[in-house]
Amino acid sequence: MKTYNNKAWWLVLPVFVLVAFSAIIPMMTVVNYSVQDIFDPSTRYFVGTEWYREILVDPRLHDSLVRQFIYSFCVLAIEVPLGIVVALSMPRRGLGVPFSLILLSLPLLVPWNVVGTIWQIIGREDIGLYGWTLNSLGLDYNYASNPRDAWITVLVMDVWHWTSLVALLCYSGLRSIPDVYYQAARIDRASHWAVFRFIQLPKLKNVLLIAVMLRFMDSFMIYTEPFVLTGGGPGTATTFLSQTLTQMALGQFDLGRAAAFSLIYFLIILLVTWVFYTAMTHNDDKG
Amino acid sequence: MAEIRLEQLAHRYHGAPSGPADYALRPMDHVWEQGGAYALLGPSGCGKSTLLNIISGLLVPSEGRVLYDGKSVNDLTPQQRNIAQVFQFPVVYDTMTVHENLAFPLRNQGQPRERIDARVREVAEALEIEPLLNRKAQNLTADEKQKVSMGRGLVRDDVAAILFDEPLTVIDPQLKWRLRRKLKEIHQRFNVTMVYVTHDQLEASTFADKIAVMYEGQIVQFGTPRELFENPQHTFVGYFIGSPGMNLLEIALGASGVEFDGHALAVPDAIAAQLRQREGGRLQVGIRPEFVQLVAPDDAVLHGYVDLVQDQGTFKIVDVRLDTPSAPVVKARLGEEAGVPEGRTGVHFPEAWQRFYIDDHLVGVGDENL
Repeated sequence: MKTYNNKAWWLVLPVFVLVAFSAIIPMMTVVNYSVQDIFDPSTRYFVGTEWYREILVDPRLHDSLVRQFIYSFCVLAIEVPLGIVVALSMPRRGLGVPFSLILLSLPLLVPWNVVGTIWQIIGREDIGLYGWTLNSLGLDYNYASNPRDAWITVLVMDVWHWTSLVALLCYSGLRSIPDVYYQAARIDRASHWAVFRFIQLPKLKNVLLIAVMLRFMDSFMIYTEPFVLTGGGPGTATTFLSQTLTQMALGQFDLGRAAAFSLIYFLIILLVTWVFYTAMTHNDDKG
Repeated sequence: MAEIRLEQLAHRYHGAPSGPADYALRPMDHVWEQGGAYALLGPSGCGKSTLLNIISGLLVPSEGRVLYDGKSVNDLTPQQRNIAQVFQFPVVYDTMTVHENLAFPLRNQGQPRERIDARVREVAEALEIEPLLNRKAQNLTADEKQKVSMGRGLVRDDVAAILFDEPLTVIDPQLKWRLRRKLKEIHQRFNVTMVYVTHDQLEASTFADKIAVMYEGQIVQFGTPRELFENPQHTFVGYFIGSPGMNLLEIALGASGVEFDGHALAVPDAIAAQLRQREGGRLQVGIRPEFVQLVAPDDAVLHGYVDLVQDQGTFKIVDVRLDTPSAPVVKARLGEEAGVPEGRTGVHFPEAWQRFYIDDHLVGVGDENL
């Protein structure tokens, strides 16, 4: 006769407490805010889905959402192929390996607000490496006043900061491909392109999935770097979702509206990530 | 299709050699004739895969030359040598279907579509993977993947040779047997040179007409399975081929001729003379367990006690510990019906099956075996 002992549940308790404090309680607080209109601690009204209806038609949200999608798309479109190319051109053995690994890790170690400050200086047209060079080449570049220049600078900054991550992930993926695959490809007379297309890319699929999801989530939530670099300007050219949200929540102290906004924001990220994941893994089950 | 000749070929992976032990492959000359089915047999780490990779061009030998039909191919890539190779672990292109996998080497050569299709069907039929042709290679079992891997080697009919590097390691035993037969059939059908690397003597002898036995970076004997069994040129061949391997006993030159632990052995004069000439070497006598006779104590010079009897189903292996000073164990292989003596027994080595070795190399009768 087997005796059931439910004491094992106690072992799960620490995890539950941790998750409760880190995720469930804060999130439910936000849900709580999003269905009320709060004037002061003793004056609050239940408003149901009103904040949601209001926020969904808010042009500010629409604008920054569109901006945000274009930005994340550009980030992925540049960083993923570039990261793969960097990983493919990295040395496979010898002293070059630790050297290139350290070199690639450096941008990842710089704090985000420092990255913004660095690019603020690099972009200056009087003393900045990037701004001065472009201007002396005859290009009229000023990230503080020209929306296009501001956009490019924010993008280049992100590429500088995060391509390393994609490259390092891909490099580890490439290193795990056994030599025998390359030998077989040589025997089969595969071209370099065929080796990439039929051996390296399929074997990179899993790390690319992680890279795409990480880069999507991070770029979709980007806040610090453009905030430091451009403050969201000129105008609202580089005001992304998180900054719009921060303005709403802390600038205007519009907690109900901001809470509804946060939840929609969260659901968008969840949805897009799920779509990515499903799209990239659904082929695995097919015969 | 080509004859493959190795000329003074040697390979080392690191730096300059300070002695023979530094070589992964010691200098060798060897010929694989066009159209032959060969096995390269040896234990792990003896250099057989290295040799295969040198033949295919994946490795460049540090010394010597590889010749295809008399022409040196040292500087040619595997593509230029036009060789097919099947590896120990299945290599398939995951994102392609089985059909695309098999067609891949032909497509890379730019062959016309109808020809490719015909070839793929033919090979798929030979390997019995026709039902899988439209499946994604990624979802196949290990067996199926290895068949696809082999199929890619067989699909090109213009290759100089097909090299197999222990291709059946991952395959389960029943299928192994069938695939070996398939390979043999394919060999006869396509008349292409095949070199098959394995550490399994049964696999080697069922597949190959001639077997090259490798040991410590050199080919110690090249011959038919029967030659390897009857006249091992090297003690390693004696020990490695056969189950169980050859009995090897230390012998010495004494007052009465060739002696084992003080007992004189019947040795042909020609061999005794050679043994005497090369004094100082390590001398051994070898006899296959199949030829060891267990007789009544009175009929034999050597005696021992039965230590252990292993019944293998179709034969018995009897371990006899000799009562001579060094007390070695001699294994005898007896038929299933043969009676096994209990306790003390006489042990007889028929003169015709005694082989003599100096420093591990066979001493020939006259010159024929040297």
